[in-house]
Amino acid sequence: MRVALFVTCLVDLMRPRIGFAAIRLLEAAGCEVIVPESQTCCGQPAFNSGDRAAAAMLAKKVVAEFEAHEYVVAPSGSCADQIRNEYPGLLADDPDWHDRAVALASRVFELTDFLVNVARIDKLPSDFTGTLTYHDSCTGLRSLGIKSQPRQLLDRLPGVTVREMSGAEECCGFGGTFSVKFGEISAAIAERKCDNIRSVGADAVVGGDLGCLLNIEGKLRRMGDETPVLHIAEVLAGSR
Amino acid sequence: MEIKSMHFKARAAAQLANAGLQANLKKVKGKFVDKRRDAIADFCAQGGDFEALREAGEDLRDRVLADLDLWLEKFEANATARGATVLWAKDGAEACRLIVDIAKQHDVKKATKSKSMLSEEAGLNQALEAAGIQPVETDLGEYILQINDNEAPSHIIAPVVHKSKEEIADLFARVHKKPRLTDIGEMTREAREVLRSHFLSADMGISGGNFLVAETGSVALVTNEGNGRMVTTVPKVHVVITGIEKVIPTLEDLSLMLRLLIRSATGQPISNYVSLLTGTKGEGDFDGPEHLYYVLVDNGRSNLLAGEFNAMLRCIRCGACMNHCPVYQAVGGHAYGWVYPGPMGSVLTPLFTGMKNALDLPHAATLCNQCGVVCPVKIPLPELLRKLREKQVEKNLRPLGERLALKAWAWVAARPALYHLGTRFAVRYLKWLAGGKQSIPVLGVAPEWTVGRDFPAPQGKTFRELYAQAKKS
Ligand code: SF4
Repeated sequence: MRVALFVTCLVDLMRPRIGFAAIRLLEAAGCEVIVPESQTCCGQPAFNSGDRAAAAMLAKKVVAEFEAHEYVVAPSGSCADQIRNEYPGLLADDPDWHDRAVALASRVFELTDFLVNVARIDKLPSDFTGTLTYHDSCTGLRSLGIKSQPRQLLDRLPGVTVREMSGAEECCGFGGTFSVKFGEISAAIAERKCDNIRSVGADAVVGGDLGCLLNIEGKLRRMGDETPVLHIAEVLAGSR
Repeated sequence: MEIKSMHFKARAAAQLANAGLQANLKKVKGKFVDKRRDAIADFCAQGGDFEALREAGEDLRDRVLADLDLWLEKFEANATARGATVLWAKDGAEACRLIVDIAKQHDVKKATKSKSMLSEEAGLNQALEAAGIQPVETDLGEYILQINDNEAPSHIIAPVVHKSKEEIADLFARVHKKPRLTDIGEMTREAREVLRSHFLSADMGISGGNFLVAETGSVALVTNEGNGRMVTTVPKVHVVITGIEKVIPTLEDLSLMLRLLIRSATGQPISNYVSLLTGTKGEGDFDGPEHLYYVLVDNGRSNLLAGEFNAMLRCIRCGACMNHCPVYQAVGGHAYGWVYPGPMGSVLTPLFTGMKNALDLPHAATLCNQCGVVCPVKIPLPELLRKLREKQVEKNLRPLGERLALKAWAWVAARPALYHLGTRFAVRYLKWLAGGKQSIPVLGVAPEWTVGRDFPAPQGKTFRELYAQAKKS
């Protein structure tokens, strides 16, 4: 299988190691990984801010960059959803681009979903040990149905125990541009999430979307809590 | 009701700083979220399929809205045939005028009211008072708000959810001029004693309407306190005020909608009272009003029928979307500044009162879709919020700085070479800001982020740089 990695803008900027972990996992699953060079961002900030024109422009760019590949995988539920479920509507006015977006859509996957359901990964390259708690990011969970996939994978690591926090499916308060437009509200929501994380008493909190993870990490640190906040790819690839 | 939605941010900040309110808001979750979940689990355990029910609810509401005029005419014909008078109001002001006229015509001095959000939309109480008619709210929550200087409700089905029992105990002692009670049962009894005399002395009863049934010309009321029955059957005049979108075709449809509404709203399988009221008091009837009026209000609804926001008219005012909203849970209903709070309010307020009055509301959402997945009629609330954001951009209503920043960012993001130069610079700047630490406590470029949390430091180089390096070696 040939897989093009959609790195995501946040991973590119903030946590490159997540991108490398994703590559490691995809290769462990027997995939050949290509990283298209000119990629930047899927356009969610524009799309969710109401700037449809800018979002459509970036959508076309992504479609053109990735449509030649067999599969596209992103270490993020919200970016995968954007390409998979939003691009066709966003490009609906332009029949040619719309068709290209539709043709691409069904080949775009969130990383854990791809590993479990498409590549059917066998051995995970990780010797990670400890008790983890998993935060379900909203878009991955409610738009792509990412729930059991990361847990199935974590279950295969002999040294790992998953302890569920209460309200694992509740929003962490990130919301993209919401977090910088309504900082106080966003942080108040994050505080509830972090209270739940702290009361479960795990060695680390894990999730599949870096935006949420940065929000959670930022709030935990402000609360004086040093619990590691990890992307699922880092745990599964054992690169910590 | 006066619109204060333009001050959302400041109002939200005040609510976040209010420790008492924050404690009260914590109740919302246990009270509504958990109860709804349990009610639906029970329904499914008994072989029900709640998802199928939601789909049926969505279909039904869409079917009605597609021919709303026809269903309303049918309702009017059947209600009129049973002795009611159906009046139409294009907005809240007209609704108030019509109701004041009805009151004057019947020489009404006092009107008891059961809960109606449309009455809040129209500002009916103020209009009645100005005309010398005393409105008395009889829903316990609404009564509490009324005796507290006409405070605004903070939730569409639990108007005093923002108040603690202690605050209400103080209020009762002060207003009722009786020894302070703290037992909820006793407090309720005290309020009931006050209300009882009003029930018996009122000349007019005003109720809302959860549904209008076209085939029978009836109104259905869902309540838990029994006050609705007193309001609608004791006085000689009964006025129903509700929105034109509340009509459904048949009694069979009503049973579907009740199953959806009540579980979604309070997590009960059925409310304590479901009243189905049809026509005026007939010969030989023991009770019922001699005169029955329907005041059916448009107030912006028909404008939505043909447009991209028409799904919002499916709303049956259950409140589930706000109960499940992380923003509502954090700031409460008053922050939203008008009649309807939470996700449905953030869609309705700009549509009903004007985009410019509520610029913040469509943005004050994380788009987590906790609302959309619980809405009993499957309104895609996050999508509608996003569409409202698009409307703001189209109408040039966003702040110039934000527009320019977005445009500049998108322009750069479409040019990979430039973008990568920019990101290389950005990560180095952030890394420098962190000064060797893992976190940045104050971020000048996004100050809102760091009001309540740190900004994690970046790793130090972009993925792209590191990947290029790795490939070379
Ligand atoms: S939008 Fe849906 S969930 Fe919200 S009040 Fe209306 S019907 Fe209920």
